[in-house]
Amino acid sequence: MLQDILVTGLVNGGVYALLAIGFSLIFGVARIVNIAHTAFYMLAAYLFYTLLVKVGLGFVLSGIVAVAAVTLLSVVCYWLVIEPVREHDAAVLIATIALGYIFQELMLISFGGHYLGIPSTLEGGVRLLGVSIPYQRLLILVVAAAVLAVTWFVLYRTRLGLAIRATANDLEVANLMGMNVHRVAMATVAISVALAAIAGVVVAPVFVVDPFMWLSPLVTMLAIVVLGGLGSLKGSLIGALIIGYVEAVTVFALPAGAYLKGAVALLIMVAVLLARPEGLFGVAFEEER
Amino acid sequence: MRSVVVAAAALLLAGGASAQTIKIGILGPMSFVQGEHHWAGAEMARDEINKAGGINVGGKRRQVELIRGDTNEIQSIPDATNAIERVITREKADFLVGGFRSEAVLAMQEVAADYKKLFLGAGSAHPQLGVRVEQNYDRYKYWFRVTPLNSTDLGKTLVGVLGTVAGQIRKELNRPNPKIAIIAEKAIWVEPIVKALPPVFQKMQMEVVGVWQPSATATDVTAELAAIDRAGADIVFTLLSGPVGITVGRQMGERGMKGVAFGINVEAQKEEFWNAAAGKAQFVSTIDTFAEVEMTPKTLPFVRAFRAKFGKPPTYNAGTYDAIFLLKEAIEKAGSTDADKLVPVLEKTSYVAAFGVLEFDKRHDPVWAPGKNTGMAVQWQDGKKVPFWPPQVKGMQPFKLPAR
Repeated sequence: MLQDILVTGLVNGGVYALLAIGFSLIFGVARIVNIAHTAFYMLAAYLFYTLLVKVGLGFVLSGIVAVAAVTLLSVVCYWLVIEPVREHDAAVLIATIALGYIFQELMLISFGGHYLGIPSTLEGGVRLLGVSIPYQRLLILVVAAAVLAVTWFVLYRTRLGLAIRATANDLEVANLMGMNVHRVAMATVAISVALAAIAGVVVAPVFVVDPFMWLSPLVTMLAIVVLGGLGSLKGSLIGALIIGYVEAVTVFALPAGAYLKGAVALLIMVAVLLARPEGLFGVAFEEER
Repeated sequence: MRSVVVAAAALLLAGGASAQTIKIGILGPMSFVQGEHHWAGAEMARDEINKAGGINVGGKRRQVELIRGDTNEIQSIPDATNAIERVITREKADFLVGGFRSEAVLAMQEVAADYKKLFLGAGSAHPQLGVRVEQNYDRYKYWFRVTPLNSTDLGKTLVGVLGTVAGQIRKELNRPNPKIAIIAEKAIWVEPIVKALPPVFQKMQMEVVGVWQPSATATDVTAELAAIDRAGADIVFTLLSGPVGITVGRQMGERGMKGVAFGINVEAQKEEFWNAAAGKAQFVSTIDTFAEVEMTPKTLPFVRAFRAKFGKPPTYNAGTYDAIFLLKEAIEKAGSTDADKLVPVLEKTSYVAAFGVLEFDKRHDPVWAPGKNTGMAVQWQDGKKVPFWPPQVKGMQPFKLPAR
């Protein structure tokens, strides 16, 4: 049973990490709580489905077009919805909630409430410690690791990353230093949503695509980023693994209470917050910046 | 002045026209497959009845008019009660047919009872709907369940099919005591079955290795399936009505599990299931209501006509077809559309439907009777839904086990 928990927790943690990293990035560097983050992930999954299954573009081209189109859409949404109210945190929160529901209803009108399946990018699987793991899930783990590495590189080894970190640190000073802070914020939104779209493309083949698929990961993702420390990429990764393992342990230890795995994960989050209100890596992130 | 006269004449004509029709409110989540099948079954019944001259009400022929009541009940129960209120009060429906999600149908049953409207169910299995009829007959007598069987009776069918499946496992795999894992979504309709079945399985000389209860909307059940795999289950007994049914089917295939899935999997009853599970749900089986077999003389013509018209076979929500024909028969027998006069007629009915022979018990639930009304079982084999139970019915094919 131990090996089942170890492997299942790691794989599921990888899925969650992929979703949580982008959300954490946009809050960490631009202080935007984008509730529509997983709605962009849902849009990418639908677009990927349409291009792959209906149009027949092939995995690579469908994936690239889906990620690019959703990223472009996020920039338009930033101009139209987020930028006008960016100074007001509550307004941003409400605007992005509205955006998420608009996307949901648009998908419901366009595709109906049908559950759609996307073929696996990689067929087959491997047995690790006696546990069967499909290649698609391993791909998610690899993509999550690669995305983390690229994100870190962009933030800490490029001029854009420097600008993003500077803007996040002090918007007014960055502005006075001649940086175009609006453009930096827009770039951050684009990077963050691109990560969500990548998640949509690689994760959707193991899930079911439907107009409500953004709600469940939204709750889990919020739990992860709050647990790890809002804005901390390292915290998001570790938070994702913790939640992945907590869910696996819940299912194995309490089979008839498997539906409680989400609730147990949230309970762990509350317990950590009571002991450490800034989350596991909240302070560390402040220092990093 | 002339325009006022024309408008008044138009109103009178419209009033006259509507008086000639029998208005049936079709209640279902119309953006979802369940509602689509509610509506499709009802449309077929309406078209056939109207083409044949309508319903004979005491010597007068009246056409059937359908009212679309989008309950959105999968997302919101208040939406469902609002929809039934609207259909009754604004659209002036004479009768109500449909419903899917038990929690919503229980709420809609209250509204129908308030207005004393005959409500023929075509979606919910929860026993409480019938218990209410027995306990407070005067208020709830207007409710009749057409499809599916109530969950207790579904349990009887499940046990019957499971006997066949377990027998095949004993014979082909040489396992005298097959191991069975129960995976049931957390929803009120499964609770009576989950409580009742484990002792029954033990009596059937099967070893119950555990009960797993994911959420009905879970998008990932790898942990549950890993545990079931580890327990060495030969049969994965499913009680799933939500999208988790697709997840279970697909992820079992991806893991290459040796156990075979059988039980209730509402998503697996739909034509879209195979593609939704990305073609991975080989050998997933479920009880079902319609297939191209001869359950009654009406089954084959109905299923073929439905497929020809809508491009897919009907699910149990298309029981609206039988519900409307049942209503027609009752109205013609009673010579009236008065709900209080129709209730005793329906209570005594023995109606040959497309899914079986429909008779009602004191709870206004369909009577479960082998050879008359038990439902059937189907299995996905290479992208096709193959019916395999009850074996004596003409058109059934062999049940298959995954290769080991």
